[in-house]
Amino acid sequence: MAKVRLTDNFSGFFLDLGTGVTISKGDGFIEAPDTIELHQAVSNGYVDFENEEKEKTQKIKEGQEVWVFAEQRNGRIPQVVFELIGKARELAKKLNVKAGAVLLCEKEKDMPGELIAYGADKVYLAENPLLKNYNTGVCTKVISDLIKKENPDIVMYGATHIGRDLAPRIAQRITTGLTADCTGLEIDDDSLLIQTKPAFGGNIMAQIKCPDHKPQMSTVRPGVMKMHEKDKGRTGKVIKIMVDLNENDSLTRVIEIVKENKCVANLESAEIIVAGGRGLGTRENFRHIEELAGLLCGEVGASRAAVDAGWISKDHQVGQTGKTVRPKLYIACGISGAIQHRTGMQNAGIIVAINKDPNAMIFQIADYGIVGDLNKVIPQLIEGIKR
Amino acid sequence: MNIVVCVKQVPNTNEVKTDPKTGTLIREGVPVIINPEDKVAVEAALQLNGNVIVLSMGPPQAEEALREALAMGAHEAMLLCDVKFAGSDTWATANALAAAIKRLSYDLIICGRQAIDGDTAQVGPQLAESLALPQISYVQKIEINENKIIAHRELEDGYEIVEAKLPALITVTKELHKPRYASLHGINSAYEKEIKVLTAKDIGADEKTVGLKSSPTKVKKIFTPQGKSAGVKLEGDIKTVCQKLICILKEKEIIREF
Repeated sequence: MAKVRLTDNFSGFFLDLGTGVTISKGDGFIEAPDTIELHQAVSNGYVDFENEEKEKTQKIKEGQEVWVFAEQRNGRIPQVVFELIGKARELAKKLNVKAGAVLLCEKEKDMPGELIAYGADKVYLAENPLLKNYNTGVCTKVISDLIKKENPDIVMYGATHIGRDLAPRIAQRITTGLTADCTGLEIDDDSLLIQTKPAFGGNIMAQIKCPDHKPQMSTVRPGVMKMHEKDKGRTGKVIKIMVDLNENDSLTRVIEIVKENKCVANLESAEIIVAGGRGLGTRENFRHIEELAGLLCGEVGASRAAVDAGWISKDHQVGQTGKTVRPKLYIACGISGAIQHRTGMQNAGIIVAINKDPNAMIFQIADYGIVGDLNKVIPQLIEGIKR
Repeated sequence: MNIVVCVKQVPNTNEVKTDPKTGTLIREGVPVIINPEDKVAVEAALQLNGNVIVLSMGPPQAEEALREALAMGAHEAMLLCDVKFAGSDTWATANALAAAIKRLSYDLIICGRQAIDGDTAQVGPQLAESLALPQISYVQKIEINENKIIAHRELEDGYEIVEAKLPALITVTKELHKPRYASLHGINSAYEKEIKVLTAKDIGADEKTVGLKSSPTKVKKIFTPQGKSAGVKLEGDIKTVCQKLICILKEKEIIREF
């Protein structure tokens, strides 16, 4: 018998270890029988063994934490924050430090609990009426002061309209480096953060480090990092931070927030995306894409060419200047597969490409390719699925 | 009203090709252009009818970009050109631009939201912080009201209307304006205008805040992304290939029985 526990690699709720023993999330270490199921779970990385000596020497360090800026709008935290907390946990584990989230809001509601459930050990919480809506000046002041006080090792921000406005301002105030739109974040042998990012329109990748300034800061686009399973049983600490703010700190004033009634495509969390490009030829033909997506309960994606042609709105655009997605299935229809598009979808689980040009670049990364006329293939697919 | 517009000369990344054999980037012969959103910034400044000063940092050939902005109608042009600036990251670039702008009298600074070569969108906000100015990024509409700017700032699901006192810095998106083409007269007169070329010493830049060595971020390695390898092409008549695909997706439990 050995003591094992579930790791973050396991995405389900419980795992059968054979001979009637199951292990659930939040169980901690339990006695497990020596079964084939256990061996399999170990080789899949779903469980790890208790190693008392290791546990003792690896007592988590105080300070030098890995932080995520937990942006919120109207008391709602976007998914990218939870994705980043998952990454922060991994990095913190490697560095043997705590993962923290920084939450600025008017009223906390249930947000700190949510951040902890997704993997934060600590939530730094500032509550103030001036923090109700995002404001560049105010947020820069609060976070810069907190960074100076707590000296985190790493701070990550979602590459959102808020994160990309805020992070550079903070980097300049506290004199540190910032790397935009990272697609990979790893710790090297010197405990430095290695930040991988596309450059030159995704044609090349660059690895960036920030060796002499702290914290090391990155922005990451939504959909790039994988969210960990929510664990309501996790515990963490909420640290209230006192903020001394007045109207002069804001520099700008938000007069009004206008929610446009555009039904924003939720591509980042879609499991299936059917995307169309220039090859469709007309707006009419583009409707086939919508029909197929609807049938598969998926979302509609598009290449830049299809958006520029006015067949669909910009929030459906996938790629360098659009969204980064990682669905289980991505069906690219009439998309040639320029690097700018591939950057946004190459992490999809299964890529299916349909194109009449057998030499289209999209086939280079497709798991399954169909060479043929879209206007015949897609209706046939629709009919086949319906049947 | 004095308006400073920051522009960057960039390789046209849409025309970059990779060598199909080696998979590496073909850098030769890639045309350089004014970064598209910086051109929108020039257009925005021109439409506000101020005295428009275009500012760039880069190698001597970046003069071409400034010349193009002059041809569109900008009044003055300045190029920060010095090996001491070479290799600056966004932090150091913002410091150099700030050093130059501090010597000017200005009411508004306009930058493009981001450049197509790095896509960072960082220099605008970093410059605003260096000059302790209010910033409004992702601007898709502007209005000047006496000493205030009121801007529509794009959000993921709409926009917000933000007000700031001048002087301020804004970064603009493509949605704001379609940049004009230079007129023949504009092109001719652009060649009569002088482009001021300035060194680090000329603008009094602190050498510890500009250039490669001072930049907090360092490039460790550059590599060509390894795309995943090609999978299988499904062969046969349309009906057969569609059926094959549906079977595969069902087997993998990606699509369920309907």
